[in-house]
Amino acid sequence: MSTTMQSAGPSRQGGLRPSSAPVTLRSANPRYGEKVLLGFLMLAAAVSILTTVGIVLSLIFPAIAFFREVSIGEFLTSTSWTPRFADKNYGVLPLITGTAWTTAIALAVAIPLGLGAAIYLSEYATPRVRKIFKPVLELLAGVPSVVYGLFAVAFVGPVILKGWFGIGVGTYSVLAAGLVLGIMIIPTVASLAEDAMTAVPRSLREASYGLGSNRMRTVLRVVFPAAISGIAASIVLALSRAVGETMIVAMGAGSQARMVAAPTEEGQTMTGFIAAAALGDSVQGTTDYNTLFAVGLTLFVITLLINLVSIKLVNRFREVY
Amino acid sequence: MDSATISMRQMETVDSGRTISPTETPRAVLTCDDVSIYYGSFRAVNEVSMDIGLHEITALIGPSGCGKSTVLRSLNRMNDLIPGTKVTGTISYHGIDIYGKDVDPIEVRRRIGMVFQKPNPFPKSIYDNVAYGPRVTGMKVDSMDDLVEKALRGAALWGEVKDKLKQSAYGLSGGQQQRLCIARTIAVQPEIILMDEPCSALDPIATARIEDLMLELKEKYTIVIVTHNMQQAARVADRTAFFTAEAAEGNGDRTGHLVEFDLTTKIFSNPSDSRTEDYISGRFG
Repeated sequence: MSTTMQSAGPSRQGGLRPSSAPVTLRSANPRYGEKVLLGFLMLAAAVSILTTVGIVLSLIFPAIAFFREVSIGEFLTSTSWTPRFADKNYGVLPLITGTAWTTAIALAVAIPLGLGAAIYLSEYATPRVRKIFKPVLELLAGVPSVVYGLFAVAFVGPVILKGWFGIGVGTYSVLAAGLVLGIMIIPTVASLAEDAMTAVPRSLREASYGLGSNRMRTVLRVVFPAAISGIAASIVLALSRAVGETMIVAMGAGSQARMVAAPTEEGQTMTGFIAAAALGDSVQGTTDYNTLFAVGLTLFVITLLINLVSIKLVNRFREVY
Repeated sequence: MDSATISMRQMETVDSGRTISPTETPRAVLTCDDVSIYYGSFRAVNEVSMDIGLHEITALIGPSGCGKSTVLRSLNRMNDLIPGTKVTGTISYHGIDIYGKDVDPIEVRRRIGMVFQKPNPFPKSIYDNVAYGPRVTGMKVDSMDDLVEKALRGAALWGEVKDKLKQSAYGLSGGQQQRLCIARTIAVQPEIILMDEPCSALDPIATARIEDLMLELKEKYTIVIVTHNMQQAARVADRTAFFTAEAAEGNGDRTGHLVEFDLTTKIFSNPSDSRTEDYISGRFG
């Protein structure tokens, strides 16, 4: 091609022809190490996916067996949960009300305190304060939940709620368990929300200040909306942890499965039931045994729904910068 | 240093026949007296004294690191946002020290607005970008729609965006985004607009539009612009301040200072300081 160009007509712009030095573009090195490493990375990714699939399947099969004996209608509408009594009733609603109360109370504590801490750390605190505060906050997330549970039973219920505030709670209450659960998930909300807010570009804050906005309005109208997807993620993660947390509610909320109508009552959550009933004495294949998996599957589906709804909501409201 | 103050001079006429509007001594709206600016213990700018004239465009030029942006950001207390910044000397706005005890920096920034180097619209709609300032500063507004339209017209953007006010500002081109940022700034009706290299992220055509806009805006506003582009300063500015940086004794830290401040025509045709001449003729920087 270059030879024809040479002889005929106008040459390429600039008048330069490609030089014809002999080259090879083949790799000098087969790079086996990279292939081995890639294989390992794919395996690692596959294991986590396969485990999840395995867990779901191991939940589904016993749950299907359960629903052959108990109708889904009864399971979802009956308000009595007495699977281990002589008169067996399989209505999951009491457990759901237990979980709903503890989770709602926990979020009522964790959202304002967690977001407040996040706003303070990302917008107001000096770098020195932040350097001390954040590790301490994250340390709070490392306290074993059984310690929190003890705290709920021994201190929050009898001393704070009954002693200081004169609220009529018994040894167990969804209020005490929910409050402590809320404290446990504050670091999750605060830490992730702070990361999301810190990631908002400084130029957006400057734009706001340059227009004569004060700090609080800048936070609420610029930083917060721009960070909303990360903030929502922090709340959803905290919510999932609250729904799934077991030790605090098993210790603090009590073990009576009943429709919880007020926060001062005791009640059993879904996780609390599983922890209390899964003691190894259920024989595989019995209804007792399958009941555990039916509740486990319910828990799983609820968490999944929460996640899906949140993703939808976030996509609707987020401001992409 | 007397080159840092404004000398009395006759009205000058440029080649094109355009009469330079500024009077000899500007009717100062903003006055810097011996302003030094520190980041921690490092002195970034040393003893700047200059007057910003009402309804004029004042350009700050000089090589990188000479402190011109630092000076600009001190004029509306934007530097306050960087921990450890300290300003000595006085910067007075209509005779009031803007670093005075009972001065609210929020109020300073409302009257002295800022346009940044990189267009930084909010991730909101075009309309909400413009309405943001009036909303957060609690301006009494009869009709927000009218105000938004007026601001967008003022920034020569209305015709291009009037049919998509509810769309995201991020869908605009870089030059349109920068004009949106100018519209957003004039929506709060400041008296002075500070511009920190407003065209450095834009192509030449968008730059020309912004420059035309600046010349229109100076009828109503006072503009201070930092620019790396000397032709830009020559094209738009009534007065030009040339800064440079020199190493302080002892360490390698370079402290910026004002070399010369005068009518732009004078700076570019007959500067008094040889360093100014070297810089504008491209011998350094």
